[in-house]
Amino acid sequence: MSDTVAPAGAPHGAPAGLEALRDVVTGMPGITSARIERGELIAEMERDAVPQAMLALRDDPRTAFEQMMDLCGVDWPERAQRFDVVYNLLSVSLNHRLRVVVQTDERTPVASVHEIWPAATWWEREAWDLFGIVFSGQPDLRRILTDYGFSGHPMRKDFPLTGYVECRYDEDRKEVIYEPVKMTQDWRTFDFLSPWEGMTTLPGDEKVHLARAAEGAPPARPADAKG
Amino acid sequence: MADTVIPDVAPGVAQGLAHDDSRKPLSDQRIRPEGVEQQTPGRKTVEIDSHAINFGPQHPAAHGVLRLVLELDGEVVERADPHVGLLHRGTEKLMEYRTYVQNVPYMDRLDYVSPMCQEHSFVLAVERLLGVEVPERAQWIRTLFAEITRVLNHLLNVTSYALDVGAVTPSLWGFEEREKLMEFYEQASGARLHANYYRPGGVSRDLPAGLTDRIAAWAETFPRFVDELETLLTENRIWKQRTVDIGIINAQDALAWGFSGPNLRASGVPWDLRRAQPYDKYAEVDFDIPVGRNGDCYDRYLLRIEEMRQCVKIIQQCLAKMKPGPVKALDHKITPPTRGEMKRSMEALIHHFKLYTEGFHVPAGTTYVATESPKGEFGIYLVADGTNRPYRCKIRCTGFSHLQAMDRLARHHMLADAVAIIGSIDIVFGEVDR
Repeated sequence: MSDTVAPAGAPHGAPAGLEALRDVVTGMPGITSARIERGELIAEMERDAVPQAMLALRDDPRTAFEQMMDLCGVDWPERAQRFDVVYNLLSVSLNHRLRVVVQTDERTPVASVHEIWPAATWWEREAWDLFGIVFSGQPDLRRILTDYGFSGHPMRKDFPLTGYVECRYDEDRKEVIYEPVKMTQDWRTFDFLSPWEGMTTLPGDEKVHLARAAEGAPPARPADAKG
Repeated sequence: MADTVIPDVAPGVAQGLAHDDSRKPLSDQRIRPEGVEQQTPGRKTVEIDSHAINFGPQHPAAHGVLRLVLELDGEVVERADPHVGLLHRGTEKLMEYRTYVQNVPYMDRLDYVSPMCQEHSFVLAVERLLGVEVPERAQWIRTLFAEITRVLNHLLNVTSYALDVGAVTPSLWGFEEREKLMEFYEQASGARLHANYYRPGGVSRDLPAGLTDRIAAWAETFPRFVDELETLLTENRIWKQRTVDIGIINAQDALAWGFSGPNLRASGVPWDLRRAQPYDKYAEVDFDIPVGRNGDCYDRYLLRIEEMRQCVKIIQQCLAKMKPGPVKALDHKITPPTRGEMKRSMEALIHHFKLYTEGFHVPAGTTYVATESPKGEFGIYLVADGTNRPYRCKIRCTGFSHLQAMDRLARHHMLADAVAIIGSIDIVFGEVDR
């Protein structure tokens, strides 16, 4: 039977003492900042600190993160360090969670944490497969979710939703073949952002917008042509 | 010596002695020095090479499209390398192109055995970013259906697991019981499997009249069904031979390998998100959390059986504590107005139109919400950028971690045990591959 009974009515995922945990985490090596958002603790970590600082988070009795529940990438293509690597850690003994965010780009590897939590291997393979984030020290960095022989990293924002190739069974050649994607109808994307909230310049009013911008008014968001 | 005896005895006995003569070479063999036989030409010791086989992707016991590459030494598994992704549909990518409400049905199609529990994680994540209050009745309905889903999932898992190791009857019985539960699904949501019932801010509609009575009647009879199911398996000699002490994982390893849910509890870790980090109405219901001791396949089975009994307890409490009331948040910027309102109110009509074209906007922010799905911790990491579509939605599926530990679990077991292990860790490829 579980002894870790949270007080009734406590917000989901927000155990007591979160602020104390924040102070503990802030003081740990490699952590640049820690903040609480909506009852969740989020810490930013330096990329170079990864294996040691993660080990400290696991082995320090005040944090005791025995489990790494999730590791994933987030792509922000406009940033120089375009990827966030997000580690969702869980302490079963102390009943708290921590989200660690590490930034990297396409080329710079992040140290693998598979020796700290063996569960990391597949999550790192997934982040490599879908985003192209490289993990150094990971002996098994194969693709995992995409097809054998797939090229590209589909979860990047610049990868089209339709992909580049499609496969089908070719009756003449008696095998599965890959071809460039043929769209039988135009790619339809609906921009439902309302003209009153989403865009400040109505189609046809671009000149007014430019004049306003020249006067020094804060530049409004350019209208989407498809609006 | 035989030659001297034969003339003196009766013919019948002589035959017997002649028979003895035929055994002579055998006794000769006995006095041969050891090792001579191996040198005999035409006989040699054959060493069986380690070889790899493909288990699946079309193997019925692979629970879907698992390609498990097994390196075998004879019949002993030396290394297991699961290849996943054969059912990868790019759910996370597709979700970035849909509004939040359009994304709820994708959750059903992940783990198609426990659809509503996954909707639960997603709507809780959206609700947390929106900061919306969910009415009491909606929370009770969601708790109720999360538990019905748990029974659905465990029934399928336990019985198909039994089918994998050779017992046909449990799956026939289990499917009959699942049918009753899927009727409840249908009455509440209109669909037997892909329910699309939960919504950010509540549920899509109230329960139809009489459904709670029918669920209560079912909950009366179900414990007896579990007893009957147990008579088929729990003390069954063959079942125990196939599962006891197979695929043992201790608590420390289970934690390190990212186990959660019944698989973690079977290893003796008393951890349940419904108790530790309660959501919706779990803090107000009373239930026990079964914990295993050995962490083997048999414990994982026993645990799921006991969880089904506890589910009934929670379902009965939900039914007792549920009060009439609204089932959606009253903020019509997030939940649609009723049909009747739309006939009279222009504002309601506009709300309806805006919700089903543009959808609602979620304030920028990130959140990770995990719920106790029947298979373990099902988490949604949601990144919102203030528009009507998620910027990134990471699905933390349960089976991914469990299947990853396949090598750890199956190593040095027999090939047939690998089947039992796959059955016991309860994986569904809809969610592993996403």
